[in-house]
Amino acid sequence: MRIRRFTEPIFESLIKICGYSSGFVVLLIIVFLFKEGISFFGSSPVEEGFTMYVHSNNPVKDLSAAQIKDVFDQKITNWEALGGTDQPIERFSLDELGEAFTEEQLGKDFEFLPKCIDSYMDSLPGSLAFFPSAQTDGKLKSAIPIKIDKITVGKFLADTEWFPTSRPAARMGVMPLLLGTLLVSFFAIIIALPLGLAASIYLAEIADERVRKFLKPVIELLAGIPSVVYGFFGLVVIVPFVQSAFDLPVGETALAGSIVLAIMALPTIITVSEDALRTTPRAMKEASLALGASQWQTIRKVVVPYASSGITAAAILGIGRAIGETMAALMVTGNSAIMPPTLLQPVRTIPATIAAELGEAPFGGLHFQALFALGCLLFIITLIINLMVERVSAKRIN
Amino acid sequence: MANKLETIDVNLHYGDFHALKGIGLAIPDHSVTALIGPSGCGKSTYLRLFNRMNDLIPDVKITGKVLMDGEDIYQIKSSKIDHLRRTVGMVFQKPNPFPKSIFENVAYGLRVNGISDNSFIENQVEKTLRQAALWEEVKDKLKKSAFELSGGQQQRLCIARALAIEPTVILMDEPASALDPISTGKIEDLIFQLKDQFTIIIVTHNMQQAGRVSDYTGFFYLGHLIEFDKTKKIFTNPSKQETENYITGRFG
Repeated sequence: MRIRRFTEPIFESLIKICGYSSGFVVLLIIVFLFKEGISFFGSSPVEEGFTMYVHSNNPVKDLSAAQIKDVFDQKITNWEALGGTDQPIERFSLDELGEAFTEEQLGKDFEFLPKCIDSYMDSLPGSLAFFPSAQTDGKLKSAIPIKIDKITVGKFLADTEWFPTSRPAARMGVMPLLLGTLLVSFFAIIIALPLGLAASIYLAEIADERVRKFLKPVIELLAGIPSVVYGFFGLVVIVPFVQSAFDLPVGETALAGSIVLAIMALPTIITVSEDALRTTPRAMKEASLALGASQWQTIRKVVVPYASSGITAAAILGIGRAIGETMAALMVTGNSAIMPPTLLQPVRTIPATIAAELGEAPFGGLHFQALFALGCLLFIITLIINLMVERVSAKRIN
Repeated sequence: MANKLETIDVNLHYGDFHALKGIGLAIPDHSVTALIGPSGCGKSTYLRLFNRMNDLIPDVKITGKVLMDGEDIYQIKSSKIDHLRRTVGMVFQKPNPFPKSIFENVAYGLRVNGISDNSFIENQVEKTLRQAALWEEVKDKLKKSAFELSGGQQQRLCIARALAIEPTVILMDEPASALDPISTGKIEDLIFQLKDQFTIIIVTHNMQQAGRVSDYTGFFYLGHLIEFDKTKKIFTNPSKQETENYITGRFG
């Protein structure tokens, strides 16, 4: 008895510590994610340590990341298109510097660089210069830094291009990734829900006990298969199937991703909705049968409506599984961030983007932060989904 | 009076368990028959013979004859079972309305039997809710969920639901056991009124209830039908010692 008086408070506090610390870790991860993600907003899309200049006479004083990219992709070649006067845009960066000036003119440590830029800009007022800020900041006479729109939440969400490594200005629009994710996930649910519902009705209401005892663990086993195996299966079986069935140049499409994610979401949907269907009180089914309803009428009119909130929860959970799925999506969707995504084109999902690009994004850089912002977005989406599941399930208890 | 229902030497096995042992019983038309007996004596199982509800349980074996209007209901085609169940209404131990509106609960039996004439359904719903003495309480909230009703109201709704398909027999499996005394009283009044139109069999644990509502009483014990007679006789002058012991509360 005496020992218990001492050990019980110890166990109690140990359990408390475990609870608090795991909660704290979760909070810490969220804080970390959002700290990195939020610092992305408000920064400039231009490569870090560089500044862009125009001639001080140039009426164009500010540009967007999209315009800069179009200029450097040579889609825009005249200032007129950017709201300026009719003169050609001359791109002027370190690459062109060597052709225009000799090493002596530039100086050993590029100490005459500002002077060279000034003279170049004076001779070609239509220049758009792009140089390291350290050597040029405040040292130019005829050129002024151009104002470039900062990245905002609105632009991040609405921009339709994802070119995170494009120089000099990256374009980080989440729209194609978001649409790709939603397209793949929702189509996956459109495939998985009828199949899953049919399977769960079969298991809960029709299958006899022996079949159920065999099938249920098999379906639950499906949930335990690593997603890379599904991806592999998708790559070997579903991608060639989609390619030949629709006569496409490539089989890695949103449709292939949807099919693979549908298979992956099936076990969740089947087990959750089967559990919901089985909560239908026996007396309620008997009441229906006693009124002369057939088994099918009973299922359709009593069992499914009774379990509807559980089935909804299953569908939302399935969507959540599909939205967050990384590896399989990465392997079979073809990974091209295009707008507008269609089912028979390659798409790229948010988690696949993070997984594919984080390795090549310089630590702490703009691209790195952009990927964290993607992570935040994904977190918010799955949070909303989980809250929806909770609400729907709570309704069921009432 | 003609016999509406009759069982001849019915045996029922759940797997190895012999639940009904050679029950022979004839139930007159337009009467209320109470089945009494301790828990597990087979009275509910016996009740469920008449709408073939026992068929739903795996490993059930039934021998003997169960006659309704002289026809053996265990010899009919399986496709006719739905039709049989339409003529035999059932009220369960606990109120079990469907997750639907009050109106749709009563209309359910009509709809699943292929009736789509809405004015007929509306009339039938009102008629049976009145029969079940519930109309005045729910007429303004027919579209509301049936779960919003009290337990007693729900049970009367379930009775209305059973009446809506116009059965000739009503089986009641301890219909008042989950209800308070006032609700129980209402259900008993209802049974009394329904007797003119239906043949009612009611399983009950409540001796007083059996005495109040029934014309005939059958006493079941360990799968045997010990005694069946007019209720008055059973309660005042039973012919078997076991019956007397049970009724006077010496066991059970």
